[in-house]
Amino acid sequence: MTPLAGYLLVAALVFAIGLAGALTRRNAILVLIGIELMLNAANLNFIAFWRYGPHPEALTGFLFAVFSIAIAAAEAAVGLGLVISIYRHLRTTDLDEINRMKG
Amino acid sequence: MIVFAILAALTVAGSLAAVLLRNTVHCALALTGAFIGLALLFLRLDAQFAGFAQILVYVGAVAILVVFAILLTRGSETPATGVFSRTWFAGLVVAAGVFAVLAWTVLHSAVALPHEFAAPQVSVAQIGNALMGRYVLPLEIVAVLLTAAMIGAVIVAMHEKPGKYEKKEAN
Amino acid sequence: MTNTLDQIFVLLKHWIMGLFPVGLQPIVGIVLSVVAILAVFPGLFAFSVLMERKGLGRMQNRIGPNRVGPFGILQPVADGIKALIKEDVVPYNADHIVHFFAPIVLVVVVFMGYAVLPMGRNMTFVPMDAGLLFYFAMGASAELSVFMAGWSSRNKYSLLGAMRAVAQMISYEIPLLMTSVIIVMMTGSLSLDKIVEAQNHYTWGLPHWYVFTPMGFAAFVMFAIAATAETNRSPFDLPEGESEIVAGYFTEYSGFKFAEFFLGEYVAMLSISGLGATLFLGGWSAPLEALNFIPSWIWFFAKIMLAICGFIWLRGTFPRLRQDQLMNFAWKFVLPMTLIDLVVTGLWRFLGEGWLRWAVCSAILLAAYLITARMGMRSKKLGPRSYRYAE
Repeated sequence: MTPLAGYLLVAALVFAIGLAGALTRRNAILVLIGIELMLNAANLNFIAFWRYGPHPEALTGFLFAVFSIAIAAAEAAVGLGLVISIYRHLRTTDLDEINRMKG
Repeated sequence: MIVFAILAALTVAGSLAAVLLRNTVHCALALTGAFIGLALLFLRLDAQFAGFAQILVYVGAVAILVVFAILLTRGSETPATGVFSRTWFAGLVVAAGVFAVLAWTVLHSAVALPHEFAAPQVSVAQIGNALMGRYVLPLEIVAVLLTAAMIGAVIVAMHEKPGKYEKKEAN
Repeated sequence: MTNTLDQIFVLLKHWIMGLFPVGLQPIVGIVLSVVAILAVFPGLFAFSVLMERKGLGRMQNRIGPNRVGPFGILQPVADGIKALIKEDVVPYNADHIVHFFAPIVLVVVVFMGYAVLPMGRNMTFVPMDAGLLFYFAMGASAELSVFMAGWSSRNKYSLLGAMRAVAQMISYEIPLLMTSVIIVMMTGSLSLDKIVEAQNHYTWGLPHWYVFTPMGFAAFVMFAIAATAETNRSPFDLPEGESEIVAGYFTEYSGFKFAEFFLGEYVAMLSISGLGATLFLGGWSAPLEALNFIPSWIWFFAKIMLAICGFIWLRGTFPRLRQDQLMNFAWKFVLPMTLIDLVVTGLWRFLGEGWLRWAVCSAILLAAYLITARMGMRSKKLGPRSYRYAE
């Protein structure tokens, strides 16, 4: 197994764990945690492909990961803001209970 | 190889704990462990800048945000109804399926994947030049996005007081 | 002779490394550096605690500790022994694992920051290309340990203190980073060694430190404010405001774990003083060209201790702020000033050499200060407290 394959497998595993978390947890914040894990797994893939790719000096994958980190921060801020807003309206963050279209 | 195995184990264990633990704050702390593991993997891949940025942004900001959100929504109390959704089995199957497909693809294309390369020598100055030259447009877009997200997050989370408009309507 | 004295620690390290076989040498080098950092800074910690207690005593018309040893200089030893032999009490309801790890994480993270500080000519433990980023990454991780301590204690006061501390540290970390970005813009490098090198020039015997430029001076003032808040020092010591919330996030810590928090706080203070000295005060370079014969590491540690004296003086002088004043100060004064400073730094670059840029940049910064601080703070809009976000 090449080193790149190892990194890709770890990234796939983290992605799957994040997906499982996002799909199975009740708490909205934990769903966001799962999404963060998936984003991070994608970042690991970008960095790994940059490192073992043919043109590392072009920095494409590297900067993609850096931009993705910045965007993930924005995503987390907005997502958690939404969770807090929902909590204020409905007094719960349990996604199984938030099933009405009516506020 | 051993270092990689340890870091990979740390990352995977952290993410597993983040998803499986019952107490939400423990989940957030385990998530931090996973982030640190990923940052160390970035360092192992000679991406120093990305690794430090990962720690600065994720451990320093995102983890703290998550923790704040948990405390603001009383999420640290474990609910009596259980922490997993009613459709947890379907979710698990989907995730396992995705992992199976990804792993199968990686392992089958392993032969075609490039082997060991010399470590790329990338200085921070080069990254700066790239950001200000070739990638200046994405950089500006990210700046706008971050500003918009900041304002958006404040407005979304802002507590709605009976403000001017409601009072006017009432009158 | 001067050169040997300047490089004495580097030579010593290489000499000790030479005693070992070649294969072991890198490991021995790392161990030696770590041991040096772990020996010097706790020593300085003990000294600054003593100095603080003595100095504060003098400021408050007391004598301060004077029982243990001559003039009380052995007081830190007595304190250390006391902390070590005290019973370690953990609350019954506490989250034991998190409670145990919080002080360890803090101390480890704080000590990691020293890895990139240039403590003398060629005396950086890990000369890193992205040293400044590493330093701030470690600083950001300290917030998490504060939260861990406060949350795991299962105590309202602890949690309140932790939330205060985290909110404060996040708010003041932004100006801290921004002021460093000003220096990075002037140097064109994130490496702390290069930042010191860039300041190590002299005109007419006077140094080219960044604090002696208009925006460098403004940045230095902002950095000092943000650093005081970042280390939870008075007048920004609300997280451990003893008149309100006992001792904040480490209320439920006792014995050695309490000592670890205490150590962490002072070592962080020393470390951020070192960063400030590196960024603005020329790091290990001498203040006058004529004084270059004194070894570089003496200058570095002298600057750190001077900064510690400043911290003690501040603590003896100012009353504690209120929480809303603290937040208003960060977001409505320090951050706008830093952003204006950032723009001025860009302007400085394009105005070219000569007196014009000095006049223009100073004028803009002075005007900005007058508008944000004098007029802004006096107006009603920024003044009264509101509980909009606190519920």
